[in-house]
Amino acid sequence: MPLEIIPILALLLVVLGVVGAIYLLTYLLGPRRPGDVKLSPYESGKEPIGDARIRFPIRFYLIAMLFVLFDIELVFFYPWAVVYRKLLSAGSFILIEMVIFIALLLIGYVYAWKRGALQWD
Amino acid sequence: MPAFEGINMSWFFFILFAALAVGSAIAMISQKNPVYSAVFLIITFFAVAGCYYLLQAPFLSIVQIIVYAGAIMVLFLFVIMLLNLRKEIRLPLHGPWQVAFAALFAAILLLQLVMFILAAVPTFHSAPGHGALSGGGEPLGLLLFTKYIYPFEIASLVLLVAIIGAVVLGRKKLPKEF
Amino acid sequence: MTFTQPTIDLTAVSPLLALLATAIFLLLLPLFFRSAGRALLAFVAVIGLLISGVCLFRIPVVPISGFDRLLLLDPLAIAVHGALLLAALLTLLISLNRVEDEYLNYGEYFSLLLFSLIGMMIVTSTWNLLVLFLGLELFSIALYTLAGIRKMRADSVEASLKYLLLGAFASGFLLYGMALLYGASGTLQLNEMMLGIEADASTLALIYAGVILLFIGLAFKAALVPFHMWTPDVYEGSATPVSAFMSTATKAAAFIVLIRLLAHSELAIRFPWPQLLIVLAVLTMTVGNLLAIHQKNVKRMLAYSSISHAGYLLVGLTAASSSGDQAVLFYLFVYTAMNIGAFGVLSHMGVSNADERVDFESYRGMGYRSPFAALCLAVFMFSLSGLPPFSGFIGKLYLFSAAVEKGYVALVVIAVLNSVASVYYYMRLVVNLYMRDPAEELSLPRANAGLKAALFIALLLTVLWGIYPSLLTDLLAGISRPLP
Repeated sequence: MPLEIIPILALLLVVLGVVGAIYLLTYLLGPRRPGDVKLSPYESGKEPIGDARIRFPIRFYLIAMLFVLFDIELVFFYPWAVVYRKLLSAGSFILIEMVIFIALLLIGYVYAWKRGALQWD
Repeated sequence: MPAFEGINMSWFFFILFAALAVGSAIAMISQKNPVYSAVFLIITFFAVAGCYYLLQAPFLSIVQIIVYAGAIMVLFLFVIMLLNLRKEIRLPLHGPWQVAFAALFAAILLLQLVMFILAAVPTFHSAPGHGALSGGGEPLGLLLFTKYIYPFEIASLVLLVAIIGAVVLGRKKLPKEF
Repeated sequence: MTFTQPTIDLTAVSPLLALLATAIFLLLLPLFFRSAGRALLAFVAVIGLLISGVCLFRIPVVPISGFDRLLLLDPLAIAVHGALLLAALLTLLISLNRVEDEYLNYGEYFSLLLFSLIGMMIVTSTWNLLVLFLGLELFSIALYTLAGIRKMRADSVEASLKYLLLGAFASGFLLYGMALLYGASGTLQLNEMMLGIEADASTLALIYAGVILLFIGLAFKAALVPFHMWTPDVYEGSATPVSAFMSTATKAAAFIVLIRLLAHSELAIRFPWPQLLIVLAVLTMTVGNLLAIHQKNVKRMLAYSSISHAGYLLVGLTAASSSGDQAVLFYLFVYTAMNIGAFGVLSHMGVSNADERVDFESYRGMGYRSPFAALCLAVFMFSLSGLPPFSGFIGKLYLFSAAVEKGYVALVVIAVLNSVASVYYYMRLVVNLYMRDPAEELSLPRANAGLKAALFIALLLTVLWGIYPSLLTDLLAGISRPLP
């Protein structure tokens, strides 16, 4: 197993430990005096109205879809950034191909924008 | 399976993550509440990412978390909220023979899978070519931006068409009315 | 790790680049110039297709490859690109019909059509599994969207959803197959992986599973019989020009990939391919024809008929020879012309989007009301059923004789019997056209110029290729096995 995973594992353990400890401590130390107000769901101080599980408008779906697509696009930038300097020494193709890639997605962005996909009506 | 030297830490963690992935996948399909299913799916994604990491593909592991556990899960949760799924609707089965057939075919497939894995596992050891995804994305970048530039640009076309498709099908109004 | 500058062959990608530029132009034009109408968009699209065709024509006949062998233009690829361009051209022209303007009056439709064409061209000109998968997803995503573009109709949305779900399932099969093949061989080049494998049992197990999974994924796209369930609903729900394009171009792309897959896996692995293909061919032809007989809706009838035609194509594939491949290509060309032509007449019959008039009864007495369209439809039906002197007959003759050459006599007998059975339902439509009085006062809209042109081209090709098949066979003579 590569050694560089040890700090990540350590962080993971610390996070789990701290979170677990906080939950445990509040459970052990906190006084419990339940009442109507205390048991109601927290909505930033407002009186809760209705159920939290309401039907979302379909517009969210479009936004989420576009988010996924641009997120996948983003994934391609990581390996590109890592090898950019190295490949630039062999020619400018590394720059040109990413420009083409981004240009094609920019067209998608312009399209979505002009078609009003990003508007909230 | 990577050629791990006997039982060591990697092997232990790999089994742990693999078991976690399978276990939470089973939990996901057996849940009645779709939101719980989604949460178990996230655990599956993370466990698979862990497996990728232990297979010396850290870049793939990060991509798995960013794309699947991040973006795709958001989409799943949105769909659950959009459809406002409260409880599972049980579809009626087409008689007892459907169950029998399903069980029979599932058993045959399982048997095939086991036989297949037993027959094929030795090959995976020697499978060449892994290594492109190892490291922090550098070997991948070197291949993707030189030899595989053609599929790389096709990938941007696929994303572009997907954007168009999402907008055309996702908008309520016809585009003509804009 | 060493790296080299990528090899970029612009000649090899010039047909794709021409289409890409046109598709992007068509996407953006209506956004900035709202007055750009359907006629202008279709005109631009046709110009783009023609430029792409010219670029394709300028490519030398010797197989050339670009991008370090990721793109390969052999005679097979060039021939099928021709068929795909023809399919797109005819589809564009029938999309100009007046009925279709309720939903096609914007750039996305034309743009997506060209994007799916690009995807199909990518798929058919590569041996690389990665490129294959990306191209397949490109045209599939475009077609899922096109299937659902009539959003005001519930059955169109249903068609899109069904196609998407089953298509995604098929893509899953493809990906599993590809992963196993790569795991077993360590290469993504389909033509090399079969030659270099070690013949030990465990590698063969992987290769078998991989090839079978890949085959299943492609069978979904080609609508072969146990994987055909989606076809009638999708064709019925989609707009008529979209169904026309899906039934011809998708089939062409899937069959070329099947040829490529089988051409090399047959050499390398001792798998009973002929037996499997014979079973599938018989099933596909018979099920398609039997179900087509009972249809009351002409669009569904054509959907089932397209399944049975996939069965005839499988007969040519079973031959696994140069003449078999040439026959498959010939039939793909012929089928493109006659089938899109038939869908074109269907589009002409529609009164509006809500009332497509696709039941058999609507065609009663059409021969006296709309003589040219009725004549076209009759010719396409004759050709689809394989009656001489039309090109459908010659196409089937080539397919069946390629199979007979290899000794598959029983298969060909079944295919001919199927062909005879299919005459029944095609002729039922022709009888309606000419031998029955119209039930109602038909008020057909005048066919517009684009539709007329499409019908004329399709009619001309259907008749011409039937009388002078050498016009087409000369172009296909370069296709040979073994493939490069």
